[in-house]
Amino acid sequence: MLDFETLRLIWWFLLGFLLAGFAIFDGFDFGVGALLPWIARTDSERRVVINTIGPVWEGNQTWIILGAGAIFAAFPPLYGASFSGFYLALIGLLFSMILRPGGFKYRSKLQSTTWRTIWDHLLFVGGAVPPLLFGVAVGNVLEGVPFHFDEWQRLFYDGTFFGLLNPFAILCGLVSVSMLVSHGAVYLVNKTEGVIQARAKRIASLGPLVTIALFVLAGFWVAFGVQGYVVAAGGAWNGPSNPFTKTVTVHTGAWLANYGTYPWMILAPMLGLAGAVLTTRLVGSPKPILAFVSSGASIFGIVSTAGVSMFPFLMPSSNNPNQSLTAFDASSSHYTLMIMLVSTIIFMPIIIIYTSWVYKMMRGTVSSKYIDDNSHSVY
Amino acid sequence: MIDIDVVSLARLQFAATALYHFLFVPLTLGLSVILGIMESVYFITKRPIWRDMTKFWGVLFGINFAMGVATGLTMEFQFGTNWAYYSHYVGDIFGAPLAIEGLMAFFLEATFVGIFFFGWDRLSRGAHLFVTWMVALGSNLSALWILIANGWMQHPVGARFNFESMRMEVSSFYDVLFNPTAQAKFVHTISAGYVTGSMFVLAISAFFLLSGRNRDFAKRSITIAAAFGLCSSLSVVVLGDESGYTAAESQKMKLAAIEGMWDTEPAPAGFNVVAITDQQNHKNLFEAKVPWLLGLIATRSASESVPGINDLVAKNAQNIRDGMKAYTALQILRKDGTNVEAKEILKQYEYGLGYALLLTKYTQDIPAATDDMITKAAWDTVPDVVPLFWTFRLMVALGFFFIGLFAFAFWMVVQKRVETSRRFLLVALFSLPLPWISSELGWFVAEYGRQPWCIDGILPTRLGASSLTTGDMWLSLGGFLILYSTLLVVELYLMVRTIRKGPEDYFGHHPAPVLSSAN
Ligand code: HDD
Ligand code: HEM
Ligand code: HEM
Repeated sequence: MLDFETLRLIWWFLLGFLLAGFAIFDGFDFGVGALLPWIARTDSERRVVINTIGPVWEGNQTWIILGAGAIFAAFPPLYGASFSGFYLALIGLLFSMILRPGGFKYRSKLQSTTWRTIWDHLLFVGGAVPPLLFGVAVGNVLEGVPFHFDEWQRLFYDGTFFGLLNPFAILCGLVSVSMLVSHGAVYLVNKTEGVIQARAKRIASLGPLVTIALFVLAGFWVAFGVQGYVVAAGGAWNGPSNPFTKTVTVHTGAWLANYGTYPWMILAPMLGLAGAVLTTRLVGSPKPILAFVSSGASIFGIVSTAGVSMFPFLMPSSNNPNQSLTAFDASSSHYTLMIMLVSTIIFMPIIIIYTSWVYKMMRGTVSSKYIDDNSHSVY
Repeated sequence: MIDIDVVSLARLQFAATALYHFLFVPLTLGLSVILGIMESVYFITKRPIWRDMTKFWGVLFGINFAMGVATGLTMEFQFGTNWAYYSHYVGDIFGAPLAIEGLMAFFLEATFVGIFFFGWDRLSRGAHLFVTWMVALGSNLSALWILIANGWMQHPVGARFNFESMRMEVSSFYDVLFNPTAQAKFVHTISAGYVTGSMFVLAISAFFLLSGRNRDFAKRSITIAAAFGLCSSLSVVVLGDESGYTAAESQKMKLAAIEGMWDTEPAPAGFNVVAITDQQNHKNLFEAKVPWLLGLIATRSASESVPGINDLVAKNAQNIRDGMKAYTALQILRKDGTNVEAKEILKQYEYGLGYALLLTKYTQDIPAATDDMITKAAWDTVPDVVPLFWTFRLMVALGFFFIGLFAFAFWMVVQKRVETSRRFLLVALFSLPLPWISSELGWFVAEYGRQPWCIDGILPTRLGASSLTTGDMWLSLGGFLILYSTLLVVELYLMVRTIRKGPEDYFGHHPAPVLSSAN
């Protein structure tokens, strides 16, 4: 049997993989949605763009559902604290995501231009707002969140919604938007032809550079302007899940300490940067699929950078740092983590197999001719 | 402490969003299986009309499915946003089925549903049939896992309180999975979904026949709907009885409230068909009973009594007193986790801890609660009798009506007379909303009847909520209502429009048994 500490560590990794999986797969849907009104002008162009993700967006969206479910199952205090703490942001996220199924399914069911234009803009909202809010949330977690627990471990959030919208957090939001918009553009380079593809190529060769610039800026800010958290004492990594047993100190730049302790972690930001640079190189190549892979790798690197910098913290508390949530004191019980691990080991490979099969079946580009020929059955 | 208004608003929001979600869920459950059946017939007979049927009902399925996804998303987040303490307190148990649902079911249905629509020309007949069945399997598995989660809230088994982490933790995953309440709920609820799907196909086909359109298409659809609907409506009633039986085992208070039964019925208990209840004075002013019936339903025997509300309240008062002992021990343990004596007491009276928490409504100092407070808290465990009593009876009545309707439809099919009776077709058409009404009533009975508990006997609802402000809550609740209502109107409009235009518009010709389209 795995001991409690190892199991928690595994789940910390798995959480990272799930969130990165979400950013990579749902990410290009968001990016394509955010680009829709700009990259495609005529109705026929827009239908092409929408139908590049038509068959797969539902499956991709499951990543966020699984992500939320996995946080709930593996780190219940984190699920309660982050979702209720960022309440209005989460509700905003839900509202914008709720618009998407209708946007895909209902938009092309009527001929009316007004109708279609409204949905196009709703799809834009559903594509642009979630990445922004996710980035803002990550930024706030990096800065520490104003919450505390009472003796029954009931959580109280002491901040406000507008407190979330501080400059550093907005910068993180922009990193996220830029990253996913570029990713969406790379996807479109792969799935379209002609003028849309040309426009997508331009965005895909510039976007990753913007992402890098913002990412590096955020890195400097973390080094010199953001308070990091360090577990100073206590916190038995094998002990019961109880965030009250440790002492935490706070000082600026502490988030970089991990790169000294665990030098391999530097791979994460390196991957983020290298992947982005490579993407700009590869979009023009005869095999743009490679650009998609490197763009995905870059996202993986950037998302993991946030994760590893904070290790072992999941959600530090700025009001009462000792009550911060870490991977080792905010997890489920050993038994539940074990069950969830076994389920993941069984089902993840199956999911990967049938998802690959679906992508294989739907391979190839989408053209206006395809849309015209299948006007009834496509979006 | 937490503001009570926030709790009411959180309940309202959960109820509203869940009931919205369940407008779309049962149709997905039922129609996905019906699509599987129709396409299987196509696969075997190779007759194109069956493919056209699968495609056309599939279009309607898709319109509905989108809303199921949109409203389901909210549900997945809402435990964390609005029930943060609940998430902390029982997440160790409750989170697992939810996550497994994602792994095992949502990925399956969501991945395959895309290719169901886009894959007609790209897949072989066999591969497409496989895809369709995978969508159906995914939907049904998702119902299984969410109902295991929900069943656990109704009848929490396989879990223990851990004072070190101040929450409930799994002690037996096996018990959580094979919780009889969850099993009964699963079969009852998916059968309800199948009834809904059958009714949908039956009513819309009746509409086509009434207007003399798409007769081949409609008659074949009715054949499937009648057969499938008859089986499922029988199953919904038989298994509804199973739900009643498990409720009698695990949730005696809910059953007594549904029955409006104040005093314990000596065996064999009678069933109140109608009654005028008086919650204030704990008695019925009028009741009409069928002797024996309740005893048979609830206990499957003629010799066991069924406990009434008054007796259950007395028992709960005792639970509260025991729970106060557990609570006191817990307070000692929180200061000194090694106190052996306190551990023993907590272990012995753990079952009462949740009951003691009911006292938080009246006092912060639970060990010092007065007798008066204990009595009040014990009476709080009685849900509102009147709404439960009547909603339950309406659901049951509808259940029997469905059996009658589908049996008649089936008989007409066998006699090859479906088209002959306008009256039958009209009844079929106007019965369309009834399965939705029954399902919403069913959830009302199940969830409202659970009050005041979030987790039966473990966590009172008012403690489960997040500490939010009423401002936040109004904003989200208002937003949901506006957004969902708009989307619902859009959805219904598209449904009606697609149905009005019919398969002939969709395919460019009337689907006929032999002649068919390429598309
Ligand atoms: C008995 C069945 C049942 C019940 C009680 C619920 N659901 Fe549901 N849910 C389904 C049956 C279903 C389904 C049939 O699988 C849906 C409906 C339509 C659809 O698209 O899939 C679905 C969709 C759906 C989705 C979108 C899945 C996707 O993208 O494919 C989510 C995230 C949830 N649900 C989550 C929940 C939660 C958290 C619930 C509890 C509070 C809940 N559902 C109650
Ligand atoms: C889609 C089907 C469902 C419907 C229609 C439904 C209906 C309701 C209703 C009407 C309420 C309000 C009760 C009240 O406050 O008076 C409620 C509350 C609640 N339900 Fe459900 N429910 C559904 C599924 C579920 C499931 C599957 C779960 C758990 C997995 C669940 C968990 C809860 C919780 C946590 C509350 C809030 C606490 C409470 O008020 O008891 N519900 N639901
Ligand atoms: C004779 C007929 C019926 C009986 C005896 C019956 C019985 C019950 C009972 C006892 C419950 C509550 C279970 C609980 O509290 O946990 C329930 C819930 C429910 N019922 Fe029925 N029912 C009948 C017909 C129907 C019909 C026709 C439908 C819909 C088509 C339906 C849909 C539901 C749903 C969706 C729930 C909530 C989920 C659940 O708790 O299982 N029922 N039913």
